[in-house]
Amino acid sequence: MRPLTLRRLLWTCGSLAVLLLASVVLALKLGAVPISVTDLLLDLGRIAIGRANELPTEYRLIVFDLRLPRILLGILVGAALSVAGASFQALLRNPLADPYVLGVSSGAALGSILALLIAPGFALVTPLGAFLGAIATIAGVYFLGRREGQLDSATLLLGGIISASFFSAIIMFLLTTLSGRDLRGMVFWLMGDLSTPVSAGTQWIFTVGLVAGIGAIYSTSADLNLLLTGEREAIHLGVDVTRVKLVVYVSASLLTALAVSASGAIGYVGLLVPHAVRLIFGSDYRLLIPASALCGAIAIVLADTLARTIVPPTELPVGAMTAMAGAPVFIYLLRRGLR
Amino acid sequence: MSAPDTFAQTAGGREDRAHREQGVRLNVEQASYAYSPSEQSAPTFTLGATSFQAREREIVAILGPNASGKSTLLRLITGTIAPLSGRVELDGEETSRLDVRMRAQRIAVVHQESPIVYPALAGDFVLQGRFPYGRALRFANPEDIEIARNALAQVGAEHLSKRTIGELSGGEKQRVILARALAQQPRLILLDEPTLHLDIGAQVELLERLRQLAKENRYTVVVVTHELGLAAEFADQVVLLQHGRCLRVGPPATVYQKELLEQVFDAPLDVELGPAGRPRVNLRARRGEDIT
Repeated sequence: MRPLTLRRLLWTCGSLAVLLLASVVLALKLGAVPISVTDLLLDLGRIAIGRANELPTEYRLIVFDLRLPRILLGILVGAALSVAGASFQALLRNPLADPYVLGVSSGAALGSILALLIAPGFALVTPLGAFLGAIATIAGVYFLGRREGQLDSATLLLGGIISASFFSAIIMFLLTTLSGRDLRGMVFWLMGDLSTPVSAGTQWIFTVGLVAGIGAIYSTSADLNLLLTGEREAIHLGVDVTRVKLVVYVSASLLTALAVSASGAIGYVGLLVPHAVRLIFGSDYRLLIPASALCGAIAIVLADTLARTIVPPTELPVGAMTAMAGAPVFIYLLRRGLR
Repeated sequence: MSAPDTFAQTAGGREDRAHREQGVRLNVEQASYAYSPSEQSAPTFTLGATSFQAREREIVAILGPNASGKSTLLRLITGTIAPLSGRVELDGEETSRLDVRMRAQRIAVVHQESPIVYPALAGDFVLQGRFPYGRALRFANPEDIEIARNALAQVGAEHLSKRTIGELSGGEKQRVILARALAQQPRLILLDEPTLHLDIGAQVELLERLRQLAKENRYTVVVVTHELGLAAEFADQVVLLQHGRCLRVGPPATVYQKELLEQVFDAPLDVELGPAGRPRVNLRARRGEDIT
């Protein structure tokens, strides 16, 4: 018996936070303009004590106005997608569930595009449209995956993958026929990309949404542990299954929507990261949720750094990197047997 | 029946019932249920009024062929569905009105084994039984760990605590699941076809263990099964169901009658009385030869 203790939880999250900080420093350093780590740490220190104006202008522009916001956005997106993936895996009792594989990301992307077409001037239109798209998709895929009142693992995944490709086709159609409007590119919506900057205001809203979403899911993490052993069992062990499912579906859709409206449909993060976390730290959701959030952030920061630097001066979309790593893992998990 | 009506009857009837039925823990009284696909359409399955009572330390077997209403009766007892008429009470409280955590502190349910998606250590799995007692994030306290350990010991599975559920045999897994139910410290344990995937040795072991646990820990045990032989050997009372009707309630010796069982299970069989006063059932092939 090795029950989770608060001490182990804090230690694990603390170590992962240090790792995240290290990957942020690495991501700040690497790029077209080389910068030494010592300078970087000194400058970060200067910013921390409020003496940012002492830094050289050009350098500050590259590192702190271009690279840092992109890294922060990557942290938000990575954390959101990983926690959403881990949540869907528990609710659907399927280790292959992930916002991208289930079509929720594509649904959110389509929702954003439609919302942008209907009400282009409204400030929060992208995340709102994405949220509605995500909720509608997960409801639809859940419905598709039911057979005789039971959730069938293979049918569910098939339903998700079919939905994803259907939505992608509509997105392509819309973007091709409606060229000239400010809808961002196809690569952004279909592959995911962190190069489009978001305004400081939007970034704040995303942060608040992320904390609220992860917080809501975390409050049910003990219940999710029991849901994994089956819905019936969970009810008989004292879990209010209807409430937990509602909270987690809505929150996970919100997280997916935030990520997609900021960075498009980045795939496989929600699959890869919780899987790796489970292998290392076990599958207790009280640890899995925060550890997935931190590891997801690390994964996206590193993947985006790689995407920026692998073939200079060209930048790859970060979604290409995650798909290259994620698709083989998906196939491995699928071959190992759907249970 | 309107809600105020029900209340008046309950309040008036409760005291003398409690007086009359002292020692009764589980009271199923004229409980019925009907499933219908929608509110307007006719029910696709109905369970007719069923009554029986069980005291502490008693083992009740709910017996019947497939689609006889066993699972419906089980769900009525667990309180996950409320009876259409009648009542199901545990120590005088209607089980369907208890909130979900309260219910889990009093009633433990052991299902036919369900697939485990992610590997869990047997010990941690048993610790899940403490969930209804915890708050917020439910970090296990030393008392919970002690209770889980005892539960494992009671089913003779201490040595399994560090193994993952996936690598256990059918019988071992069933014991660990039972230990989780014990960790809930319930008053009533319900088992749904617990012997389904077990070989005969493990079946007998499980039922002997249940009988011993019921005696030592004063549990009331309700087992849903279609195993005639095992029910005869281990149950204090049998509730015999067929096509959603409760045909007979009583000790095995009075329920096990050749013609009745032959008709319910649609198989030719012989019933004889064993040395301990418990009936024995032998299946016959239709040509008349013994096959057991």
